[in-house]
Amino acid sequence: MIKHLDRLSVKKARQVSKEEYFVPGHRACQGCAEALAVRLVAKALGKNNVIACATGCIEIFSSPMPLTSWNVPWIHVAFENAAAVASGIESGLKVLMRKGRLPQQKINVTAMAGDGGTSDIGLQALSGAFERGHNFVYCCFDNEAYMNTGIQRSSATPFGASTTTSPAGKVVSGQTSWKKNMPEIAVAHDIPYVATACTSYPFDLMEKVKKAASIEGPAYVHILSVCPTGWRLPTHLSIHAGRLAVKTGMFPLYEVERGRYTLSVDLPKLLPIEEYLKIQGRFRHLTPEMIKGIQKRVRDEYEKLRKKVQMTNEDQQGKAVS
Amino acid sequence: MAIKVGMEVSIAAAEAVKQANTDIVAAYPITPQTHIVEHLAELVNNGDLDAEFIPVESEHSAMSVCAGSSAVGARSFTCTSSQGLALMSEIVYIAASLRLPILMLLANRSLSGPLGIWNDHSDVMSIRDCGWIQVFAENGQEVYDHVFIGYRVAEDRNCLLPFLVNLDGFILTHMVEPIEMIDQAVVDRYLPPYKPLYSLHPDHPVTMGAFADPALYTEAKKAQDEALKGSLPYIMKGWQEFGDLTGRYYHPIERYKTEDAKVILVTQGSLGGTASIAIDNLREKGELAGLVKIRLWRPFPFKEFREAVKGAELVVVMDRAISYGGPGGPLAGEIRSALYAQERRPRVVNVIAGIAGRDVAPEDFERMLQQAQQGSGEGYEIYGVRG
Repeated sequence: MIKHLDRLSVKKARQVSKEEYFVPGHRACQGCAEALAVRLVAKALGKNNVIACATGCIEIFSSPMPLTSWNVPWIHVAFENAAAVASGIESGLKVLMRKGRLPQQKINVTAMAGDGGTSDIGLQALSGAFERGHNFVYCCFDNEAYMNTGIQRSSATPFGASTTTSPAGKVVSGQTSWKKNMPEIAVAHDIPYVATACTSYPFDLMEKVKKAASIEGPAYVHILSVCPTGWRLPTHLSIHAGRLAVKTGMFPLYEVERGRYTLSVDLPKLLPIEEYLKIQGRFRHLTPEMIKGIQKRVRDEYEKLRKKVQMTNEDQQGKAVS
Repeated sequence: MAIKVGMEVSIAAAEAVKQANTDIVAAYPITPQTHIVEHLAELVNNGDLDAEFIPVESEHSAMSVCAGSSAVGARSFTCTSSQGLALMSEIVYIAASLRLPILMLLANRSLSGPLGIWNDHSDVMSIRDCGWIQVFAENGQEVYDHVFIGYRVAEDRNCLLPFLVNLDGFILTHMVEPIEMIDQAVVDRYLPPYKPLYSLHPDHPVTMGAFADPALYTEAKKAQDEALKGSLPYIMKGWQEFGDLTGRYYHPIERYKTEDAKVILVTQGSLGGTASIAIDNLREKGELAGLVKIRLWRPFPFKEFREAVKGAELVVVMDRAISYGGPGGPLAGEIRSALYAQERRPRVVNVIAGIAGRDVAPEDFERMLQQAQQGSGEGYEIYGVRG
């Protein structure tokens, strides 16, 4: 059965808590889908949540001393160590509860970082935390470049994208490498839960974050967070761009629960990749050949993902998930 | 009754971490720190210490884990050396500005390169300005004792600062010494469970580690500086109360035969014992020599130091780290500026010795002091260079 997330919207919206834990007044850019994603994550995780946040846009727009946007306990230490700080928080709470110095209660621990803080500089700390098996949720807010410092490329920047350190030049045309597949790196750690999500599918995002928190052990949620500033996109198109990322297969939404893959939105037919690329200034310079290359890669990757869904669900006796 | 036991200093340090009822141990192996964390892992895995032992993937994460665990109110310990400290140093600074009472033992070792695993003070001098309370231990007993003193002072609400204990790699870490173990009841009286002023808990949400723009950054740093300078009386109180319970009293500066001394040698760490033998030898030869050992490195005890050297004509500072192309070793730089505003000040000669495990014997100290009589009082000299 196809899970049509859009159809659930009206009903779902009424079920969502009105409580806000990431409150208005923050300093994110207009149209920032990351700020929206952060708000939804905080809402999904509720009151009993402690957050370790990496340096980056989120930290800067939410904590200008002496103000804060956080209605839950929140700490920022540095750029590359959100997963390690979260490890300390989780272990600290555990030992204090065990020793009776804090009352026993379920407190979720969340680490949050951008794509640079996750797939580049924070990868080692994250890998360590996964391997040690801390019970925490790691949310990567992926806006596909170092936006906070001024749109420099990261390993999560898609092929061809023009950034300030992968500019579309006369000889080299934007990012020369393919986007690092961070969710697969998380899966390779054999952790119990990995999911991708996008702000344009808010209820799916919140469901996944809640599920991530409910599962014992490390959970990883990779959230595509459209950045109009960095993507050279009109600010009112953030949600639209996120939908196109999913519908073109550029950013498939899926879950991996204990190694079993499920597509959250399976599309029998992907939209042409141009639909997604043409609205963004960062792809303006792409030649038809480059677009063809991207299209092929996206299709191949999507097929690979489908095969993983099939392979990991074979024991389900023909009960197809997608 | 306190009992005296012969044991390796690393084991004694780990036993103290256990007796201090530490909640979190996060560490990454590096020579010569390893015996401390190995023993702690044993204590945890045998159920002798109820703590979370977090075998992190780097020293950077060791300090980051301690930041997280200390921020929820857990008594947090780490231990490193040399390159490990260099790697974690980013977070070492932040731990101080977050006012987290973490305890760290640093098995002092030379910084690379060339790679060397042996003892000097170049590692700690690289984080001189990190904002931690920093002490140097001379022997195993001081290391053992300063685990309790460190936590006690760090967690004092008048301080709330991380605490660093320097112990010379190999010379102390791998030495078997008679250690007077403190009764658990005495430890518990001296060191009650940590009750944080602020902590990360959903019942009282706080934001830690906010960023500051130029309108507030200077004020934040001024507050931090005041906190470190203001910790001195509480460090003294921690030492005093520890002395009252154990009979072992510590001071920011230790003096040896300085009362009438015209020539005073200044050392830090484990070489103090060797240096005192040299002082005795010189005294026998009729020289009015004395020794000052700097135990408290940060906050620097200016008043106590000036008092200790006030009668001297020559102060010979032995540094165990090099400030390449600078005015002298880090300790000599400190001491020269501590004395500069004095009307009558002794000549300060700086000798750099004992780098990366090069042995310094009593005769070396005697030779250094004799050579220093002709020393200019400017710059520095690296002692005992071959060839």
